[in-house]
Amino acid sequence: MSNSIIHLQNLTLGYNRHPAVHHVSGKFMPGCLTAIVGPNGAGKSTLLKGISGTLKPLDGQVKIDGAASAGIAFMPQQAQLDGSFPISVLDTVCMGFWREVGLFRGITSEMVDRALAALQAVGLDGVENRLAGNLSRGQFQRVLFARLLVENAPVMLLDEPFTAIDEPTCADLFSLVHKWQDEGRTVIAVLHDMAQVRDHFPETLLLARECIGWGPTEQVLCTENLATARGMSEAWDEDAAICERDEVA
Amino acid sequence: MEIFIDPFLETPALKRAFAAALAISVAGAPLGVLLNLRRMSLAADVYTHTVLPGVAVAFLLAGGSMWAMIAGGLISGLIAAYLSGVIARMTILKEDATLAAFYMISLALSVILLVDNGDGEALLEVLFGSAFEIDKVTLLVITTISSATLFALAIAYRALIAESYDPGFLSSVGGSGAAAHMLFITLVILNLVIGATALGAIMAVGLMTIPGATARFWSKNLGATMLIAILIAAVSSVTGLLVAYHQGLPPGPTVILSAGLVYVGSIIFGREGGLITRFGRVPHLES
Repeated sequence: MSNSIIHLQNLTLGYNRHPAVHHVSGKFMPGCLTAIVGPNGAGKSTLLKGISGTLKPLDGQVKIDGAASAGIAFMPQQAQLDGSFPISVLDTVCMGFWREVGLFRGITSEMVDRALAALQAVGLDGVENRLAGNLSRGQFQRVLFARLLVENAPVMLLDEPFTAIDEPTCADLFSLVHKWQDEGRTVIAVLHDMAQVRDHFPETLLLARECIGWGPTEQVLCTENLATARGMSEAWDEDAAICERDEVA
Repeated sequence: MEIFIDPFLETPALKRAFAAALAISVAGAPLGVLLNLRRMSLAADVYTHTVLPGVAVAFLLAGGSMWAMIAGGLISGLIAAYLSGVIARMTILKEDATLAAFYMISLALSVILLVDNGDGEALLEVLFGSAFEIDKVTLLVITTISSATLFALAIAYRALIAESYDPGFLSSVGGSGAAAHMLFITLVILNLVIGATALGAIMAVGLMTIPGATARFWSKNLGATMLIAILIAAVSSVTGLLVAYHQGLPPGPTVILSAGLVYVGSIIFGREGGLITRFGRVPHLES
């Protein structure tokens, strides 16, 4: 097998010992464009947290190849941000330089130029001094994409980047995603719209706590797999027994 | 004019109170703005009470030595803050529940300590401040802590903003949100303790949170909001101290009431989301 950029080895992620992602194994290849789909509660966002390293595995591990050591960029769901926070669009984009400047160095004028160029690339000219909270949802999604742009990371994780976004905005953002793929970056995104997945993502990981299917999108999104995923039990069993499964799938 | 200037020239104690109040305003007000943004204004009130037992013990052991009271308050405040943080991360309880428990335990403990051993005068001083009894050494401690706070804030500024706005993002780029939070809590408690020496343990938190909340009515820009908060805190301190001096009142409440007046005015007249801009008949704009 060739070298994967992210290797999930029998990965179990969860909260309070209850698994949200259960014994998932597989590889993301460098430069892949993969959609993660599945019903609510399937563990999609949890899997992104596990890959970005913000959530420690309950079991198994995530192996990150050296090529991704320059960083894994992560875009959270928009609903998690406070719209009344007094921060400008430019400052929001400049958060993307954190890895470069850390705690002690400052944002240089060259970085400000890069941030402005990123805003231009996402189609937001001239809004840099406005408050982030005053933008429309679509505009703010563009800001989050601009922040990803300045991060310049080899791996991009996007949590529901196209949810409740209008069509023209989606089209612009998809062309960015395809450009990233052309540049050889690895893009992994959580999506709900199957049409968008089929149109834009060559590969899909169908998750329903366990991995239902992972591979070329058309094969994974077959009727049978989708029915299996829908049948997933969302029940949280307070008295669940200890999981005895420890073989590598 | 002599009401405003002469007391400062004639009375060294008032001069020191004035300097201390300004130092406390300059460092405390930006912290208040951050508390407001992190929705922790009430948490700060709770931290104040956890400072009390330490102040009370120091008061009983070392008499009126402000030095000892600063050290005592700092120790008990930091212990309570860290313990509640640890309990929130390791057990099922969230931080607000553990803090609420620490808060009541601290308050009960300090009342027993002070009422049982001290006289009523002492209790009043600890609770409502003794700004006019600040000596040179205490003033030095206060100014040192407030300078160090500004220095630490300048370094951690971006981390604190990022952690307040988008904690998930900060941890995804390798920034330590927990470290930023702990530094912030430490700064808040340090400043509550020096505030307590001048304004009293109950009132100190007001000079931090009231200007912080008030300033948000006057600017959308975070840096400007902090400067405005400092200005409000400084003006309230000086006004409050003068009223306390002339009327023979405890300085803590007069300073807080001055800040309260600015707060009420800002609620009504504030440019950014004050009552008049929201409900007044102002013409709408073209775009």
